[in-house]
Amino acid sequence: MVVQKRTRGEAVPQYTRADVETLSALRQEPQWLRDARLAAWEIYESLPMPSMEEEWRRTDYRHIRWQEAALLSTPNGAMAEHIPAKMLTPLMGDTEGGTLAFVDGKLVQHRLADALKVQGVIFTDLETAVREHSDLLQKYFMTQAVKPSDGKFAALHGALWQYGAFVYVPRNKAAELPLHVVIYNTHSGASLGHVLVVVEENAQATVQVDYASAPHGDAHATYIGATELIVGDAANLRYVALQEWNRTTYEFSHQRAIVGRDASCDWVLGTMGSRLTKAFIEVDAVGKGANARVSGFFFADKGQFFDLDTQQNHNAPLTVTDLLFKGAAKDNARTLWQGMIKSLPKMQKIDGYQACRNLLLSDNARMDSIPGLEIEADDVACSHAATFGTLEEQLIFYLMSRGITRPEAELMVIDGFFDELLQRIPFEGVRERLQEAIEAKIIG
Amino acid sequence: MSATLEIRNLHARVEGQEQPILRGVNLVVKQGEVHALMGPNGSGKSTLANVLLGNPAYEVTEGEILLDGENLLEMEADERSRAGLFLAFQYPVAIPGVTLANFLRHAINARMKAQDPDTKGISIPQFTRLMREKMTMLGIDHSFAGRYLNEGFSGGEKKRAEVLQMAVLEPKIAILDETDSGLDIDALRIVAEGVSKLVGPNMGALVITHYQRLLNYIKPDRVHVMYAGRIVESGGAELALRLEEEGYERIRSAYAASEA
Repeated sequence: MVVQKRTRGEAVPQYTRADVETLSALRQEPQWLRDARLAAWEIYESLPMPSMEEEWRRTDYRHIRWQEAALLSTPNGAMAEHIPAKMLTPLMGDTEGGTLAFVDGKLVQHRLADALKVQGVIFTDLETAVREHSDLLQKYFMTQAVKPSDGKFAALHGALWQYGAFVYVPRNKAAELPLHVVIYNTHSGASLGHVLVVVEENAQATVQVDYASAPHGDAHATYIGATELIVGDAANLRYVALQEWNRTTYEFSHQRAIVGRDASCDWVLGTMGSRLTKAFIEVDAVGKGANARVSGFFFADKGQFFDLDTQQNHNAPLTVTDLLFKGAAKDNARTLWQGMIKSLPKMQKIDGYQACRNLLLSDNARMDSIPGLEIEADDVACSHAATFGTLEEQLIFYLMSRGITRPEAELMVIDGFFDELLQRIPFEGVRERLQEAIEAKIIG
Repeated sequence: MSATLEIRNLHARVEGQEQPILRGVNLVVKQGEVHALMGPNGSGKSTLANVLLGNPAYEVTEGEILLDGENLLEMEADERSRAGLFLAFQYPVAIPGVTLANFLRHAINARMKAQDPDTKGISIPQFTRLMREKMTMLGIDHSFAGRYLNEGFSGGEKKRAEVLQMAVLEPKIAILDETDSGLDIDALRIVAEGVSKLVGPNMGALVITHYQRLLNYIKPDRVHVMYAGRIVESGGAELALRLEEEGYERIRSAYAASEA
């Protein structure tokens, strides 16, 4: 009899080409998709696990136990009822145009208002979309925004993605009611979810995505995700994504918005959960006059490490990007923001702004911010800023001298710090949710 | 019953430093009385104001501060405030993202909660009415309430905002730390008139100032002169006039010997 020895954590996930083939075959996927998965697999195989390149050298994820974290997760019977009510709450308006909820990658709830259906709005899970809207997926899925060649985890995602949401608003149509995607996991292993939003020319959409997971002991989980936002010419997308993974989840995600001529994209990200998050968040302003605003909230506490890598690419003249991240770190948490504004040569009259403002709430926490500019034009207005502050005792004293208790005074100062960011968010529900998150982080 | 603030042989220094700043201050201020505290720069007036409220930047090494016989030194700043003490700061700090109205509502609610833990606090209409009334009284534009606390406020606006807070919180004893400094003549008049409306049977005041001009509006019952961490002279309103005329040279030469 062979006694199985407890082995050390594996340094890399042990996937094989057969995993990709099996997944594709099980789903009876069309040839183009199977080919796309295998092409992504080739890229994945050709790339080393990232470690010492500039974007990764401050991010140590070697402690992931891949033998748990890489197991391709399968639904284990959890249902819509397991999703916390908070996640299902509409935050971008009283009435929602549709809900799409996944538990452990399985679609458990799907609803789309008739008013949107008649306009030709598609709001469905990716598996269904592959069957029913193959042409659209072939055109947009991992071909424009996030590509397998973007990195090791993008390639892995391209090869083994499991589930996700497809939002499509046809030309000249406005999906007036917000659409809500919920991604909820209940067990360890790898979860590869995808959100693809396509807003065609002169169309409009408002989308909320909630990510969260239930605690599952100390077993490791990974979320290897991708978000693709494709905003056509003169289109408008308002997109809010809030992440509250449990503390044994490691997120590696690639997220990119492509904003067309005279189009507008307002993107809000909230990072509260996970043990470690490594997210590449990019905006490509590809059409003249494209306008993108990115607002990032993050708050890290005990044992968390957030590494947020943002890039604003000005690939057309007269483009405007405005990125503000504001975050706090307490206990022994660590955060890192690396920002970059790039322009193609001779893209005149562009206006790019990036700032990351940090609030350190503990001597043991560490926050780093590294802004960067690579502009190849001269008639531009680009600027960046990174600031760091602490909870100043003189501010607390001032509030306390008016009778406000210390915990409340601290909360007020921290709330005040985030106010600049919250004021950019045009949805009261989202602001309230983030305020609740701040409070929970401070008390917790 | 009127409240009494009693300072007994108070010694204090900046936290972590050897050099004492307050070296035995004795003073009694009663509700309904106005005391002026004058003295040259560096004599310890602002330190006294901050120590009374419990600023953690200072350390009390000896002495007592009592409010109606209760030991304030055992209380945190918020408890002292709720006990009825108020400080109009010389240099109010800016608090980004916190509006004046939001802040004051929290301050009122903190008082109500200390009385009744189950209270829902002041209602919005009630609070709005209160703010409007006090802002009108102090000649403050109503849009002030929605501005971030002291952020981008001019010197005069900061001082007025301090007086507004005092008007809303209705302390028993208020300490005004150079509320007059840096104000132009019109702003001084408005602030001084505002303060003089508030002092009376329900509020006592310790008015810290370099100059006589504020005292033209707020008649002091007693004037004290502070020098090198002690109150070296006390008298009636005429003492302020005398100091204005002769400056602090006399005080310096008379009390410099005792400084060591």
